[in-house]
Amino acid sequence: MVELAIRNARTAEAPADPLEVPALTPGAMADSKPYPASAEHQEKIGFPGELVEDWKERAIDKLGDLVGKSRGLRVYLDSCVKCGACTDKCHYFLGSGDPKNMPVARQDLLRSVYRRYFTFSGKYFPKLVGATDLTEEVLDDWYSYFHQCSQCRRCSVYCPYGIDTAEISMAAREILDTVGRGQKYCNEIIGKVQTIGNNLGLQEKALRATLEDLEEDLEDETGLEIKLPLNVKGADILLVTPSADFFAEPHVDGLLGYAKVFHQMGESWTISSYASEAANFGMFIGSYENMRELALRIRKAAEELGVKRIIFGECGHAWRAAYAFLNTLAGPFDFLDQHYPIPQHICEYTYDLIEKDALTFDKSKNDHIRLTYHDSCNVARGSRMGDTPGGQFEIPRAILRAVCNHYFDMPADTIKEATLCCGGGGGLLTDELMDIRRKGAQPRMRALQQVADEHGVTHLAAICAICKTQFAKLLPEHGFEMDSIVSIHQLVSNAIVLDGQISDDDDDDEDDEDDEDDEDDEDGDA
Amino acid sequence: MLTITYALLFYLATLVLIVGVAHRIWQFARTPAPLKIPTAPAPVTQGGVVLRLLREAVLFESLFKANKWIWLFGWVFHFGLLLVLLRHLRYFTDPVWSWVVLIQPFGVYAGFAMVVGLAGLWARRLLVPRIRYISGPSDHLMLALLLAIGLSGLGMKYVFPTDIVALKAFVLGLMYFDWQPLPPDPILLLHLGLVALLMIVFPISKLVHAPGLFFSPGRNQVDNPRERRHLAPWAAKLETGGRS
Ligand code: HEM
Ligand code: SF4
Ligand code: SF4
Repeated sequence: MVELAIRNARTAEAPADPLEVPALTPGAMADSKPYPASAEHQEKIGFPGELVEDWKERAIDKLGDLVGKSRGLRVYLDSCVKCGACTDKCHYFLGSGDPKNMPVARQDLLRSVYRRYFTFSGKYFPKLVGATDLTEEVLDDWYSYFHQCSQCRRCSVYCPYGIDTAEISMAAREILDTVGRGQKYCNEIIGKVQTIGNNLGLQEKALRATLEDLEEDLEDETGLEIKLPLNVKGADILLVTPSADFFAEPHVDGLLGYAKVFHQMGESWTISSYASEAANFGMFIGSYENMRELALRIRKAAEELGVKRIIFGECGHAWRAAYAFLNTLAGPFDFLDQHYPIPQHICEYTYDLIEKDALTFDKSKNDHIRLTYHDSCNVARGSRMGDTPGGQFEIPRAILRAVCNHYFDMPADTIKEATLCCGGGGGLLTDELMDIRRKGAQPRMRALQQVADEHGVTHLAAICAICKTQFAKLLPEHGFEMDSIVSIHQLVSNAIVLDGQISDDDDDDEDDEDDEDDEDDEDGDA
Repeated sequence: MLTITYALLFYLATLVLIVGVAHRIWQFARTPAPLKIPTAPAPVTQGGVVLRLLREAVLFESLFKANKWIWLFGWVFHFGLLLVLLRHLRYFTDPVWSWVVLIQPFGVYAGFAMVVGLAGLWARRLLVPRIRYISGPSDHLMLALLLAIGLSGLGMKYVFPTDIVALKAFVLGLMYFDWQPLPPDPILLLHLGLVALLMIVFPISKLVHAPGLFFSPGRNQVDNPRERRHLAPWAAKLETGGRS
């Protein structure tokens, strides 16, 4: 707070508070809803093609089934005291002012129905405890507002009981799927991964061609034969990365970064076309069965290729699904080398090498960049890196500091465990939801503006495919360049000094260690 | 007649409270948690989890991060309530345990603290539009009930003293099934009636947040999914079907 006051005094005009709470605007986002999944997409992943006749009974049955299968859901539905602590914690509420985007109000859309059919008080005193019958309007509200939650878990950090709206959204989406009201974006993608191997529907042949092009680019840049191997049996490492890494900007620059590090270390590694997707959209729709199917793909790829290790590329929800769920869904991985974490994150891998002094960097290569880091929500609050809690915050920052001279954190209440979702997570990264995505991004954009004003920050690094796509789309609307969103391994790629690399840099060897007046506020939470 | 009514009421209320809360706890405990979902960063050892839960239960750590006003009023109310409850043990023990004697003076202030905390929470519920929006009738009534219990209690202490020797005889009589007459003071009857009501609604209301905290996977899970495979029994059954 003191720090903030000083900052405000420094700038003539006080910057907008990233977490400013709007006035309530009931119904503001009632019309936001995703395109419905077609019958074909629904049926392919085991759900009815259209709203079933007896949807009401089926929905209630499913809710009962889920409550019986998930302690979290049961405890969360039962325990809320309506204290209000979470009401100003959701970026979609902060951006839209719609009260149904307050986490507890979002939960209540499901909780009021749960109370009506499953609790004593709701059965006999519905008015008193706010229990409601399941009607078509309620179903519409679910479809609308449970697709305005990116399952980022920010609210769960602040709830005195850890009530996690993400779990409730997942359950609600599974109920919607079960009665035939699925969401197109997620369900279509899950189907593609199951038949083709990745979210984009990129076939093996096309993938191979893409990787070969990238190898050529790498050779042009470095003069080295840096490989992007595909389906190599007997490789040591299987790299599972989001398919956006194969073609989207800035994702692909991150992929080149992984390849350079592997090359420098002489690793034997491979990508698998069968498991060419790290993301697990089964999580977004709360379907254990679908999540499991997608996870088993990765196991099968690892078994068939005979690898010893699995490393995940930069992807947020994917890392949660991998770190926290892969062992549960597709384990035990006793056929892999137990000396390494299973699975391992590419940042853990690179960080270990930095710690061992195994990599050389020319940090000046990133001197045109004044950098901050966006903690992706699912990495921050749903996973870990390294051995100690909070490694998921420190390891990416340690890598960035190792490869970049100018690093500044955004305000402390918007990073690390308090980080804000980019606005596009949880299955919302689709054009018809642009309005809510734009609103949800506002708090993060204001936090970024603050460090831009104070420290001249020009670039934002992230390790999530969704964050990267969302920011590439929205940063230009906030006066930043589209390419001001960067991958961590893109910066690694810029700075890494490879053995035998042709060099092009004898001109810019000025020393930048003189910016040290910034040193004291480099860490937002110092 | 009065004595019999109240005696039966308290037996009923005690039964409902104990059976009801035990049932809720059993429900929580028996429901499997299919996935590891601790809110990260989370402790990596069981000991760390115990500490995390202690900090939540004693300090309301997460609430403190969220909102200082709710934390302040909430904490003052709960710890007021705790001390008040402990102070009431003097009616249930004979001779009174020495540590209960020791806390008696604090217990009186705690009564005020509890009332102040409740009033603060209610004020927020009425005045902050966000919290008013999420409040239902039961949320207001719960605060009214607790406030009425607190105020009637303080009323007996400071305004209309009741015969606490006779009251203690009544309470001990209940415990040893040797019923003694209850002093027929209106405020006492109100106070006791409301307490019985609170005991009865406890297991069927949001008051199950107290056991709920300890069963919340977001707070009670160890963060070790890579090291140890976590599998719910119903999920294990999917596996016997063979891998696809
Ligand atoms: C392990 C024991 C308990 C813990 C950790 C706990 C914790 C909390 C917390 C963190 C809150 C939210 C903040 C607030 O509004 O005060 C809360 C609310 C509340 N608690 Fe508890 N509590 C416990 C036991 C109890 C008991 C035994 C009662 C009553 C007999 C109670 C009654 C309430 C009420 C009525 C509220 C809602 C207050 C409001 O309307 O704003 N709690 N509790
Ligand atoms: S999980 Fe994230 S998006 Fe969903 S309600 Fe909570 S804060 Fe909002
Ligand atoms: S913080 Fe938790 S208990 Fe409080 S209103 Fe929100 S969900 Fe309910």
